[in-house]
Amino acid sequence: MKQFIEAVQKKLNTQFTQDRRKFLKVTGIVGAGFTLATLMPDHLAATESEETVASNELNAFVSVSSDGKITIYSANAEMGQGIKTALPMIIAEEMGARWQDVEVIQSPINQHKFGRQSVGGSTTIPRTWNQMREMGASAREMFLSAGALIMELPISELKAADSMISHGSGRFMTFGQLATLAAKQTVPDPKSLKFKDRDDYTILGSAISGVDNLALTTGLAMFGIDTQLPGMLYAIYHKCPAIGGRVISANLDEVKATPGIIDAFVVKGNNNVRELLDGVAIVGTNTHAVFKAKQALLVKWDESEASKDNWDELAERGSSLHGTRGSDVVINKGNVKSIFDDPKNTTLAAFYEYPFVAHLCMEPMNCTANYIKGNHGSKDQLEIWVPHQFPERSRSVLQSMFGVKTDQIKFHQMRLGGSFGRRVYSEYICEVCEISKRVGAPVKLTWTREDDIHHDFFRTGGFQSVKGAINPEGKLVGFEDHYIGTQINGQPVSGSRFSDTEFPLQNIDNVYASKTMLDIRTPCGPWRAPGSNTTAFVTQSFLHELAVAGNRDFVEFMLEILGAPRWFEKGNIRSLNTGRAAEVIKLAARQSGWGRSMPEGSGLGMAFYFCHAAHIAEVAHVSVDSNKKLTVHKVIVAVDVGPIINMSGATSQVVGAVIDGLSTMMAQKITMQEGRIQQSNFHDYEVLRMPNAPEVDVHFIQSDYAPTGLGEPALPPLAPAVGNAIYAATGHRVRKMPISEEGYSF
Amino acid sequence: MALYNLTINDVKTQLEVEPDMPLLWALRDILGLVGTKYGCGIALCGACTVHVNDKPMRACTVRVSDLVGKSVRTIEGLATSTTLHPLQQAWIAADVPQCGYCQSGQIMAAAALLKSNPNPSDADIDSAMAGNYCRCGTYNRIRSAIHSAAKAARLSYDATQRDVGQERKV
Repeated sequence: MKQFIEAVQKKLNTQFTQDRRKFLKVTGIVGAGFTLATLMPDHLAATESEETVASNELNAFVSVSSDGKITIYSANAEMGQGIKTALPMIIAEEMGARWQDVEVIQSPINQHKFGRQSVGGSTTIPRTWNQMREMGASAREMFLSAGALIMELPISELKAADSMISHGSGRFMTFGQLATLAAKQTVPDPKSLKFKDRDDYTILGSAISGVDNLALTTGLAMFGIDTQLPGMLYAIYHKCPAIGGRVISANLDEVKATPGIIDAFVVKGNNNVRELLDGVAIVGTNTHAVFKAKQALLVKWDESEASKDNWDELAERGSSLHGTRGSDVVINKGNVKSIFDDPKNTTLAAFYEYPFVAHLCMEPMNCTANYIKGNHGSKDQLEIWVPHQFPERSRSVLQSMFGVKTDQIKFHQMRLGGSFGRRVYSEYICEVCEISKRVGAPVKLTWTREDDIHHDFFRTGGFQSVKGAINPEGKLVGFEDHYIGTQINGQPVSGSRFSDTEFPLQNIDNVYASKTMLDIRTPCGPWRAPGSNTTAFVTQSFLHELAVAGNRDFVEFMLEILGAPRWFEKGNIRSLNTGRAAEVIKLAARQSGWGRSMPEGSGLGMAFYFCHAAHIAEVAHVSVDSNKKLTVHKVIVAVDVGPIINMSGATSQVVGAVIDGLSTMMAQKITMQEGRIQQSNFHDYEVLRMPNAPEVDVHFIQSDYAPTGLGEPALPPLAPAVGNAIYAATGHRVRKMPISEEGYSF
Repeated sequence: MALYNLTINDVKTQLEVEPDMPLLWALRDILGLVGTKYGCGIALCGACTVHVNDKPMRACTVRVSDLVGKSVRTIEGLATSTTLHPLQQAWIAADVPQCGYCQSGQIMAAAALLKSNPNPSDADIDSAMAGNYCRCGTYNRIRSAIHSAAKAARLSYDATQRDVGQERKV
């Protein structure tokens, strides 16, 4: 550890000197003693500068300079999920590099060179696992060829490890010494590449601190919101609080008279919430000026076509469907009617509800753009600094909106201060590009926290009416689910998904599931494990209800439903493997001391869920007092996502998902009235703070399946685990989130 | 607009801003010190935590005009020119950050705590840090990093190595 910190400090001192020089040159501000981050943000953020990349390029991702420095590009967005560290670890492992020789740099956006540059759906690890291994193995083979040439030894007798090519005789050459020649070797055919055995790993599976941690802990510019450009102006964009309202008029003259305001104007949008809605742009010399001017802004809206959504009304429509079936049948297998009609069976019905919730990324939506109009025959140029999960996705929208071609748009991938599925739409990009074009200057658009909540793409609320039957032996024999979700223009929103592979539909013989979609206008989008984060709550809570009704132990009940080990669709990582499921359930049970007697007011609750290719079981240990004050002492998590890439990052994802899940289930709820979102900031949208964070104990089963992602799947089992634990502690069943509405608090 | 003299990270600084300009935006937009983050604007998330005369303050609600003659320290001024603060070292060692956006504020809140209480208990930490929200849920690593930094600081840290007395005008 000491060595690591020394290395960090050395790196820090070098950066400090270089960056300060750069800063002084660019801004002309004199003053020694500037501390670490008094530097232009383009240094660490827009990392395309040649001097930071090692000199000999072995492939798109790997360059090595003669002094032994290894530069590995991270080609995808970092939003806290840890791939900027994890993916380069895979390359370094296959290459035989020493991790301390590696410097990771955010790559330019160039899908031709780097492949798909998007993150989301916990897909990055499974999607790039082979690609990253190929890049590393390919570089390793080129070093081996170069080593064989120079040392005049057979390549078969050489090995690559510790950033060296070495021979059994003790002869060796470093990657630095071989770099120039290695870069000239023929790039191996990917099909010829062999990957290392897991037993030989030295980097993968260890705990590595995030590659940006030095920058993050010293305040260096990393995030989209930190972008600063010469001559840059600051902007806000105010849209109708009821989604889809059009601007009739605004008191622009008054706004323009506010100190620090350079311009204010109405933007006519294309009425597409993912692109550009009508609004008023206010542009000024600093963020404070435009935030303040926004308070003076008065807009007359035409709300005839705007959203009229009302949560209470929606909840009434939802609950009126309790005990019904939807017209859209998801699965109809066996004969549930005869099962439910059989007087020997015990049947149970229940209705579950969950609210809309916001993403609430710590870094509010923002984007910086510089629209340079062409003159004398040169073309317009649009340069964009954006915190986004998939910048490339905006390109076609921008092309049609501004009449530019693909080579006229340049994206810079910025770090994301959280995303959780929020930053997949392009509207904040379109807004700032339009504003920059209008004012003819580089512009940073920053949404206020209120804008960020009011104009989110929410996790949709919804309802499920469920019914189950157990036979006299306490075995689950029938299951029925009416999934009541939401749709916009006839399309189910991102979180309203329910398929015939939901647990336990595949596992038992008599099941019936149907769907109803309620029309809404409120924009919805992916939110950390879409669909799963609400359905897990319903199905795992209700299965626990059934186990209780049958006087069964929940773990035994679940293992019985899972049945013999089998993979429903062999080879498809998205398909449930009951063997892996059973193993995580048993591990979580073992680690939590499942079955032990608990004091009055305390209880253990378990839930299992399979999504995003991950099998995860969680056990919550809670206490509830007579005032319904909830303490979650500990959450034990058992995870099978195959081999772990970065033990530190993987553990973080699980712990974070558990805390996020608890924060959300306790008190978070977005409501709307007349199309207006009624929450606006942290005072009316409560979040979990440090004193209420439970201890989280994470256990991995590192099975031999290919590794998969962990950004999302540890969240869904949390709510039902806690709900089941509350039942165990109190006998009260939680069927509605947030649980604060049923009187619970931390 | 008016001129205000204050000290920022040991540098005497003159700022010409509107009297109601919050320190946050002066730091970020006028001085380019973007390590201090905007999260809520109403002092409820802690992302903008800085020190004013060694006490933790939310830069989004404290005005530059109220800071005349006072000394402000931001995340950029926490390390000396040669040494990371023990909290920064502990944060890196424990791999605390996920997205990282709130971490400047977390570290500054923790640094203020250690100044007044060099040996905090879990409860002391929880209470001092309760105003700092982390959307990614890094609380447990924050707590343990504060403990290890406190331990390291008790053993060694010498905070007297700062560059002082410089002047700057903006």
